[in-house]
Amino acid sequence: MNIDGVTTGIVLDHIQAGKSMEIYKLLELDQLECSVAIIQNAVSTKYGRKDIIKIDEQIELDFDALGYIDPNITVNLVKDGKLEKKEHLELPQILTNVLTCKNPRCITTEERGVAQRFYLADKEKRAYRCAYCDVEHTEHK
Amino acid sequence: MRDLINVTDLTEEEIEELIDIASEMMAAPEDYLDLAKGKILGTLFFEPSTRTRLSFTSAMMSLGGNVLGFSEAASSSSAKGESVADTVRTVSYYCDIIAMRHHKEGAPRVASQSSTVPIINAGDGGHFHPTQTLTDLTTIRLTKGRFTDMTIGLCGDLCFGRTVHSLIEAMKRYDGIKFILISPPELRLPKYMRDDLDRDGIEWREVTDMEEVMPELDILYMTRVQRERFFNEEEYLRLKDTYILDMDKLETAKEDLSILHPLPRVNEISTEVDSDPRAKYFEQVRCGRFIRMALIAKMLGLK
Ligand SMILES: [Zn+2]
Repeated sequence: MNIDGVTTGIVLDHIQAGKSMEIYKLLELDQLECSVAIIQNAVSTKYGRKDIIKIDEQIELDFDALGYIDPNITVNLVKDGKLEKKEHLELPQILTNVLTCKNPRCITTEERGVAQRFYLADKEKRAYRCAYCDVEHTEHK
Repeated sequence: MRDLINVTDLTEEEIEELIDIASEMMAAPEDYLDLAKGKILGTLFFEPSTRTRLSFTSAMMSLGGNVLGFSEAASSSSAKGESVADTVRTVSYYCDIIAMRHHKEGAPRVASQSSTVPIINAGDGGHFHPTQTLTDLTTIRLTKGRFTDMTIGLCGDLCFGRTVHSLIEAMKRYDGIKFILISPPELRLPKYMRDDLDRDGIEWREVTDMEEVMPELDILYMTRVQRERFFNEEEYLRLKDTYILDMDKLETAKEDLSILHPLPRVNEISTEVDSDPRAKYFEQVRCGRFIRMALIAKMLGLK
């Protein structure tokens, strides 16, 4: 485990190569005060190529959102230069405010202040359906 | 059961129980005249549907309860831009149970999150209409005496027809059910539903001709081709009268066939069929009233 450069913070490891910017945006890491390092296309012993994100602070993470993007990511919590905890992700049952329903007939396109919510409909296909209109979310990246 | 959003929210046992209650109510309606006395049903129809609203109103009145509400969005505060959540939350302080209809899919789910009382989905766009499906199921159980071992023909608009989709979802849970889908290619059942039937190992097939399958059917569920589902008028006019059920076509049908239709009909069932004992679509209307009575009573904890 390479935690160089992070004394207290979070290292997101084994991100599928090329996905780090998507995660950066989704977790709104650009809003943070602390420094964030993105390593793209690093050599991985397990997966060939991978991305890594290092965050210099132990922030609250949306594990569901992360799990949705890539359930193979490992989350390393680092404290005082030591690995404090290693978390493995899984595909979440419910996604809140991660995806947006694209069905124009859905109430979420009209109603103010309603949370976007999706449920896992098919684990194998990684298919999520809107909790309101039940339409499957397409364009899964 | 706090809310009823989709008919599959109910187990087969719960459906059976509701139908039993409805049958008791049909047999002796005078015994239930005070059951919901002092209770209020809110009918929030953001989208007009006189038929469904009257059925709910009649059901609540038959239980001795009261009804308040609105029959279209223009006469409600949503015309002033109020959210569904706020409207429903407000009205939920005025009543004990709410039946709501809305043109947007999933609106009753939003309502259930802000309501202090149970919500019944009385139709949300092309999505769900569970009390229609309960009505269909009640009619099937009362006319056929069972839910198993039947060949069900579904005819007309199988693409946009939500009553068809819900009926398939509900009926495929029973043993020995076979579906025959009768529609023009343009209005065939959506692919995801055909895939689901295959995945669940249900016997089904698609035909375009109603007469060829008539002798096989135990139930014939006719639907109307709805103008509002089409973007172009020409397409609608071309498809609307694809199937017209008349006495000639019924010649080869079984003696105990049940003909259902969610109504209103246009031309798809010739009026000469109305007096045939196999025509059950007006019986269906009666079933609709009693199953709604049973549902309201159950959801209010009175039964
Ligand atoms: Zn939706």
